[in-house]
Amino acid sequence: MGILSSTVSLTRYRVNGSFSDAPIEHVEEGIRKFKIQDIDNEPSELSVGWTSLFDPFNPDFEGSSFLVASFFVFSLRIDKKSVPVKVINKYVDIEEKKRLAESGREFLSKNEKKQLKDDVKNILLMKVPSVPNIFDIIWDYDTNRLWFFSTQKAANEELESLFLKSFNISLIKLFPYTLADFELGLSDAEKDLLLKLKPESFME
Amino acid sequence: MLDIAVSYNKYKFLGHEFLTWLWYVIARDQGAFTDSSGSSFSLIIGNRIVCENIVEDNTVETVIIKGDNAGLEEGLLALRKGSVVTELSLSLNYLEQHWEFNLKGENFHFTGFKHPETEKITKKEDREGALLEKIYLYSKAVELIDQVFSDFLKLRLSEKWKTDILNSMKVWIKA
Repeated sequence: MGILSSTVSLTRYRVNGSFSDAPIEHVEEGIRKFKIQDIDNEPSELSVGWTSLFDPFNPDFEGSSFLVASFFVFSLRIDKKSVPVKVINKYVDIEEKKRLAESGREFLSKNEKKQLKDDVKNILLMKVPSVPNIFDIIWDYDTNRLWFFSTQKAANEELESLFLKSFNISLIKLFPYTLADFELGLSDAEKDLLLKLKPESFME
Repeated sequence: MLDIAVSYNKYKFLGHEFLTWLWYVIARDQGAFTDSSGSSFSLIIGNRIVCENIVEDNTVETVIIKGDNAGLEEGLLALRKGSVVTELSLSLNYLEQHWEFNLKGENFHFTGFKHPETEKITKKEDREGALLEKIYLYSKAVELIDQVFSDFLKLRLSEKWKTDILNSMKVWIKA
C-alpha cells in the first residue's frame, strides 16, 4: 500500500546524518546507482532497488522526479520469484530419467544430481515472472525524518540496508524510546530519568 | 545513546503504558485534547483493543476486543489481572477532519491509517499536489499523537505520576 492508496501502514525513521553539500545530487546518485534491476528472463530469485514513486515500473528519475517541494519521494521495490519445491522435484525427476536413459547408466553421482537440480531451478526461474512489491518513501531532508510506507519486518530491513549502502547514512527507527530520546525535546535531566524508568504495575 | 535493539526491548513497556494511559484519559476526559496552538482535538477508541499480560512462566496472555459495538469490559478485566494495552485502534477528530488508525505500542507502527477525504486525482499533473496534501494530512495526525505521547512522557517522568496519576488509573481499572 503506497502513500497514494486510501489506507496506509507507516514506519517512521530518523535519518542519522546529512550530506556536506549538494543533497539533491547525492540523493540522485544514490538512487540511480541502486536502481531496481529487472530479473525477468534471468535466473535470479530476488532483486531489491529504488524506483520511482509515480512510475515504479519505469524508474528513470529524469528531471528530479524524485523531488516534490522539499521532500525526496521515491520507492523501494522488491521483486521476488519463487518456484514451488514440488515443481522443481518433478522436473529434476524427468531430467534424471532422461539422462540415465541416454547414458545407459543406472544412477547419477551426488554432484551430478546437485548440478542437475541447480540447472532445472535456473531454467524454471527464467520462465517465472517476478512479483513486484513497492513501498513508498518520503524523506524530509530538512528535518531528518523519513517515512516508510510499510510495517513489514523484511521490507524495513531491506530499506535500512539499502539506504546505508546508497547514501552512506544510517536510519534509526522511531519507536517509543527513540522518539522520546530524539524527537520530543526532553531535557538532559528528563533523559536521565527516562533511562532509569522501570515498567509500572497497574494492579492494586 | 543505548544500542537501538537493546532500547527497543528494554523500553517496550513505554508504548504499552502510553496506550493504557491513553485509554484511561479518553475514558476520563471524553478524549478531549488541545494542540500547541490551542485548538482542540479529540481521540476516540475505535473498534479494536489488544491487551497482553506476561504471566509467571514468560508466556503471554492476549485479549483482543474487536467489533464496532464491542463492550470494553473484557479489556478492563484484563487490565485488572495485570495486562497492559499493546494495540489500540483510534479515531482522531481535529478541525472537523477525521483520521482513523491502529497504533501499536511497542513500535508505534501506524496501520490501517486513513486520512480525511480528499479529492480524487483525475489528471497526471495533479498527483504532486495530491501527494503533498497526503503528506500534510498524515503529518498532522502523527504530530498530534506525538504531542499526546510527549504529554504522557512528561507526566510519566514527573512526581505527579506516582502521587496522582497511577492511583487514579488504578481506581479507574478497579471500578
